[in-house]
Amino acid sequence: MSATYATTQPAAPGRARRRMHPLPVRIMHWTNVVAMAIMIPSGWGIYNDSVIVHGLHFPEEVRLGAWAAPSLLWHFAGMWLLMANGLAYLAYGIATGRFRERLLPIRVADIVQTVRETLRLHLAHEDLTTYNAVQKLLYIVVILAGISQVVTGLAIWKPVQFSGLVSLLGGFQTARLLHFIGMAVIVGFVVVHVALALLVPRTLAAMVTGGPELAARRDAR
Amino acid sequence: MIRSPFRPQAVPDAGILDNHRALVRQVTRRGMFRRGISLGALTMLTGCNLSDDASVDAALRAVSAFNDKVQALLFDPNKLAPTYPESMVLKPPRFNAYYPIDKVRPVDGATWKLEVSGRVSDRAPWTTARLAALPQTDMVIRHVCVEGWDYIGEWSGPTLKSFLHSVGADLNARYVAFHTADDYPSSIDMATALHPQTLLALTYARETLPDPYGYPVRLRTSTKLGYKNPKWITAIEVTNDYPGGFWEKSGFGWFAGI
Repeated sequence: MSATYATTQPAAPGRARRRMHPLPVRIMHWTNVVAMAIMIPSGWGIYNDSVIVHGLHFPEEVRLGAWAAPSLLWHFAGMWLLMANGLAYLAYGIATGRFRERLLPIRVADIVQTVRETLRLHLAHEDLTTYNAVQKLLYIVVILAGISQVVTGLAIWKPVQFSGLVSLLGGFQTARLLHFIGMAVIVGFVVVHVALALLVPRTLAAMVTGGPELAARRDAR
Repeated sequence: MIRSPFRPQAVPDAGILDNHRALVRQVTRRGMFRRGISLGALTMLTGCNLSDDASVDAALRAVSAFNDKVQALLFDPNKLAPTYPESMVLKPPRFNAYYPIDKVRPVDGATWKLEVSGRVSDRAPWTTARLAALPQTDMVIRHVCVEGWDYIGEWSGPTLKSFLHSVGADLNARYVAFHTADDYPSSIDMATALHPQTLLALTYARETLPDPYGYPVRLRTSTKLGYKNPKWITAIEVTNDYPGGFWEKSGFGWFAGI
């Protein structure tokens, strides 16, 4: 990767050059987009046969699969992509220290301050490479929701083989409800995430090209 | 190495680039957007009939067949499904079939015979009395429908395992297939057939099975989804040839283990 940019953006001597979004992160991000584009609308197709929220049905236009059988086929195919990509992402984020660097520390006071600034329309986004406290919180929540979806999904897929897990989650229907809530949390995140990415298009470009080069490792300063 | 068309051929002095970095970034971004938009449009075009496409369906079914193998590996033949107190039993149970309850055609238990075929040594047909003479097992288990609903039910009858022993079935065969009075063919793997909570159920809540729930005999297994429990069974076959099933033809998974 570094060779591609070597001719145009030579590194400052003695500094490790990194991009805001290294290639593995970009690949996993867009793979996850595909996985979510399969899992969420196919899940809606399965949901329709036995609704959790009275009166809430997902119309055919937003579902993946014309009825339950194809929706189930999509869901149980997409789960491998979601699980493999999610595990790779977690392993990468932990091993490279990216999670610690980008998402921590997170303080309640900072969250309050960011919310206050946002409400006053003072949303600072000049520096893409540092997340504000609300961004950190949202990314942490959506990562946990993703993990939760896999765990609750396993519980409702195999309530006998993983009966201990089902009891831990409070029973079969509770596990199903948690799976539904996890979907709602992720969809809520996606709406905010996409809206903000479109408001600040540089962030979207960064997830394609890699974004600005980081001057140096923070811990090397 | 493929050079981006948006980057200059000659390498400028790094200092100049620093002064124009914002501009260079701008050009790259525009190109990325253009490509991004056309990719998005392409996705929408193919997205119209993604679910109807025959090759997509074939690929999805191939993954489903792979998932059947994974599910067979996840299946623990010694793991018992949770059981519940009789006070939790739903009476009457929830009806489910590919037609409404008023379309149920009752079976006459007096003339009913259970045919046995395939890899068995004794093909003599069975009567309800003969099934009732086998050791009976009672279980209060959860019925889980593929649709997402569930209920607790109490079922009793001989284990399918004891029946298969009685007819001298080849227990190394791969499948046990069922034919029913309501034309609902079904089949399960041998490991599940030999599970202690797989019954040829004759009663529900200690009463003779009512007509809508499969009188005189139905399959009730604690380790599979509801649609793998055929009712009004008329024939049982032990076979190595994949028998499939009613919903499986429409794309529901065959193993359907829970």
